[in-house]
Amino acid sequence: METRSMTLNMGPQHPATHGVLRIQLELEGETVLKAYPIIGYLHTGIEKTAESKHYRKVIPLTDRMDYLAPMSNNLGYCLAMEKLLEIEVPEKAQWARVCLTELTRINSHLVWVGTHALDIGAMSMMLYGFREREKILGIYELVSGQRMMSTYFRIGGLAEDIPPDFDTRVREILDLFPSRYDEYEDLLTNNPIWRNRTIGVAKISPEDALSSGLTGPLLRACGFKHDLRKANPYSSYDKFDFDIPTNDGCDVYARYLVRLEEMRQSLRIIRQALDGMPEGPFVADAPGIVLPPKERVLSEMEALIFHFKIITEGFCPPEGEVYQGIESPKGEIGFYIVSDGSPYPYRMRVRPPSFVHVGALDKMCRGGLLADVIAAIGSIDIVLGEVDR
Amino acid sequence: MIESLERTEARLGDKFGGGILEVSHFRDELTFLIAKESLIDILIFLKEDAELKYIFLTDLTATDWPDREERHEVVYLLYSFESHSYVRIKVRAKEGVKVPTASGIWDVAGWFEREVYDLFGVEFEGHPDMTRILTADGFEGHPLRKDFPLTYEKPQFSHSVDEPPEVVK
Repeated sequence: METRSMTLNMGPQHPATHGVLRIQLELEGETVLKAYPIIGYLHTGIEKTAESKHYRKVIPLTDRMDYLAPMSNNLGYCLAMEKLLEIEVPEKAQWARVCLTELTRINSHLVWVGTHALDIGAMSMMLYGFREREKILGIYELVSGQRMMSTYFRIGGLAEDIPPDFDTRVREILDLFPSRYDEYEDLLTNNPIWRNRTIGVAKISPEDALSSGLTGPLLRACGFKHDLRKANPYSSYDKFDFDIPTNDGCDVYARYLVRLEEMRQSLRIIRQALDGMPEGPFVADAPGIVLPPKERVLSEMEALIFHFKIITEGFCPPEGEVYQGIESPKGEIGFYIVSDGSPYPYRMRVRPPSFVHVGALDKMCRGGLLADVIAAIGSIDIVLGEVDR
Repeated sequence: MIESLERTEARLGDKFGGGILEVSHFRDELTFLIAKESLIDILIFLKEDAELKYIFLTDLTATDWPDREERHEVVYLLYSFESHSYVRIKVRAKEGVKVPTASGIWDVAGWFEREVYDLFGVEFEGHPDMTRILTADGFEGHPLRKDFPLTYEKPQFSHSVDEPPEVVK
């Protein structure tokens, strides 16, 4: 009898692809022979747009790539610019940034665990994940006035000082979340259905993981103890005490365990950041680059001139190129900025973790079952806005 | 960090003195501009050398310099888990000249190279699947080239099918 493989088109409008991802699957029965991701449905040309904007006006664009981790994207871009401009960021701003990016990590992982579990069939998990996320969005709103596209970080520090009740509001989260994480573990970690759907599924060997450029939780779930926060510390991360969770499972379950532990470690970092929050300015003293405070603009001629010049002309960094990678919730997000000495970036390249991870999908799905493709997509935690930019 | 970069520079200079056209240091970052012919050898050396171990390809992208004779500049960023340092390798190519593919060294390179091909129009020799990746089917041109104009559609206030939106350059 003649047997043929079948080509199945999954997406782009498929609820389990987390956006507009399309995958061409070659199937033999229910076994996947090949998975070919087709991306670009959300391509908005962010890198091209950035070339026509002043350096400080690029920050809001970075939020819009990965709407689950706006603060991490802001931080990566601001750090790259601070490297290029040689600006020293005040300690208070650095610690507040650490605090907020770790909240962002929890935010991103909460949505991940919720939607991923929903894809596999655990509906209630999604409701819990979004319930906790609401608290973090409340913090975003508190500091920036926005719940999702916060754009709170600036080149040189923060947009505004952290509000007085920031400390108490974040501490509420610190007290509440550990027990909530326990709830998730009760629901999933030892749940036989969850274990059957995840253990041994979408495996990728450590060698393949390196060759495919995996970073972040995916790499750590292959047993590599690599985290840019420890390896190349930025923004004072070397002053915080935390562990890097790893797992040798290389499968969906290992990625789940790594991310869950990361959420606990993030709480540890946030607690240290709150306890030791230094006093002082929230933005660097860099005339011509950082906007002067509003009250000075309204009362001093010099501040008014600086304000006017920054808004209308921008500023000109020295010629050169820098790369800054940070550990975003999804992996290494890097900003490569080429300056030609004009107020516009000559080239602003984003090294997006999700884009790279989609490329490894084929390796994870080959030889597995069709239903496991869903688990694989969920486990790599992609945001299509960042894949396509 | 700086020490490991000095070591990289010395070792690479010893081994491939002729293939290196330019070395630059900027903000503690090390960049080599190398000849296209020795690209693959250098990448393999950096990856497999027991001392350097730049085994991870973090990024592969390009920049466009239309005023230069060789307008394409392909940029490779390598990372070492041992010394926790990055090294940047650049090659230049004229329009229409192919750059050798690195997809045989890292799988992810093939994925990045498709993006560079799509957005810059640089072709990679020996790439197994040199197709567009981000832009739509039937798209013409390469958007990240400097001579590709930024355009937008004028907002339309009628719903007439016969009047398509006007594209402004």
